Amino acid sequence: MQDKKEKGRRNVRWLRHANSLNSLKGISPMNFPADVKYTKDHEWIRISGDTGIVGITDYAQGELGDVVFLELPAVGKMVKQHESFGTIEAVKAVSDLYAPVSGSVVEVNADVAATPEVVNKDPYGKGWLVKVKLSNPAEAASLLDAAGYKALIGK
Amino acid sequence: MTDDKNGFRVKKTALYAIHSALGAKIVEFGGYAMPMQYTGILDEHMKVREAVGIFDVSHMGEVEIRGKDALAFVQKITVNDVSKLDAGRVQYSAMCYEDGGIVDDLLVYNMGGYFMLVINAANTEKDIAWMKEHLAGDAVLKDRSNDLSLLAIQGPRSLLTLMGLTKADLSSLQYYHWTRGVLAGVEMIISRTGYTGELGFELYFPSDVASGELVWNTIMEAGKKYGIAPVGLGARDTLRLEMGFCLYGNDIDAATNPIEAGLGWITKVDKGDFIGKGPIARAKQGGARRRLVGFTMDDKAFPRHGYPIAAAGTRVGSVTSGTFSPVLAKGIGMGYVPIAQAKAGTPVSILVRGREIPAMVASIPFIKK
Repeated sequence: MQDKKEKGRRNVRWLRHANSLNSLKGISPMNFPADVKYTKDHEWIRISGDTGIVGITDYAQGELGDVVFLELPAVGKMVKQHESFGTIEAVKAVSDLYAPVSGSVVEVNADVAATPEVVNKDPYGKGWLVKVKLSNPAEAASLLDAAGYKALIGK
Repeated sequence: MTDDKNGFRVKKTALYAIHSALGAKIVEFGGYAMPMQYTGILDEHMKVREAVGIFDVSHMGEVEIRGKDALAFVQKITVNDVSKLDAGRVQYSAMCYEDGGIVDDLLVYNMGGYFMLVINAANTEKDIAWMKEHLAGDAVLKDRSNDLSLLAIQGPRSLLTLMGLTKADLSSLQYYHWTRGVLAGVEMIISRTGYTGELGFELYFPSDVASGELVWNTIMEAGKKYGIAPVGLGARDTLRLEMGFCLYGNDIDAATNPIEAGLGWITKVDKGDFIGKGPIARAKQGGARRRLVGFTMDDKAFPRHGYPIAAAGTRVGSVTSGTFSPVLAKGIGMGYVPIAQAKAGTPVSILVRGREIPAMVASIPFIKK
């Protein structure tokens, strides 16, 4: 997940500041499960066999705020590692979603379309976005573990 | 004052410790560390529409103008007619440059003997420099921005929340009027104003932490039974946008004049001379080529600041403010379009990340109050 250029500097600015000022307070009630791998763009993937479930991190949902819409690919669509596979719209900001791995979409979470707030409430559980069949499982080695992701966001 | 790790110098309001304790997401805005949200923008927004919300807006700037030429000075630097503003009343106005571009939009309070101007936080320095440049005769300017806290209590239950806390007669205080009062032992100016479109009040009082926390806590306690919630700048923005209120820096700035911004109703070209009068009078007589309009989008795509607006395949403007409207559950926005496209009902499209999404020019406010 990355800030889109077209989004306007304003949103990018407040997202960054939200991070920088809140870290002053030393509050980090954030969740970093160990059973998933993380991307630098703030997605996670829980791999099991040759498929993986993809979502956005707790940190990402907190920075975005109330999620109101997701644009997700259809089943069968091919996604490529580190390339956009959809967008996530919050009240005040929009971001691209980036694929943690390459593969084909085998399932899309219909619940997040009807109730996008589950992404905020349960980002690693009911708020998952898509299930992907990995076309190149070796790609997963380039992803971050929980410690690596924590370090990335300065927690 | 504090330096964060990126070296930003940010001021804190008297309520900063309270915001932090409430777990607010804190952002820099107008040079201040301000609460962006507490529980979430949607929830806070609906609390204000349906019950009552409390906002810390102490970042706003306040300037006092005193002296026997104070009226003449405020008349010269603002577009509305201050001679019609009786003591005890408040007026929405704007300061303009010679070419009609907007320096800032502001509230003018007639304090009975002097004026108080309430200006945007991000513009405080610029505004005061501009005012000083035009000070003449017996008019003295005093920057009170750091001396005053400002809390806004907004929502249908705001009067119920506040009326038992002060002897000031709030139920007969009319829209855009103010009164002096004491609340929680703190002397204050209570004004029936706001930026939400709801029944609401704004409280100006000394900026010491003790007064701020006492006033905040007293109101929160009294408002409990009315469902009060703290509300951050995020919902302040979605609330004002549903009403079609302009935000300086987005919808109005030095490159826009009040007429094209739809603020003709505050520009009184017959009041005598004022800065920017010529270009504004010409624009008012039909010289404006474009107009700030509201639009709605039915598709699941939301307009954002800077997105292009197109009509009949050509780019005609760009989005100045846009959001998901919590009340309408769809995208709403504002932007400048040529007069030919400014009528409500005109189909336009918004370029959302490379795709043309249909939108329709709508009358503002977007929601009927």
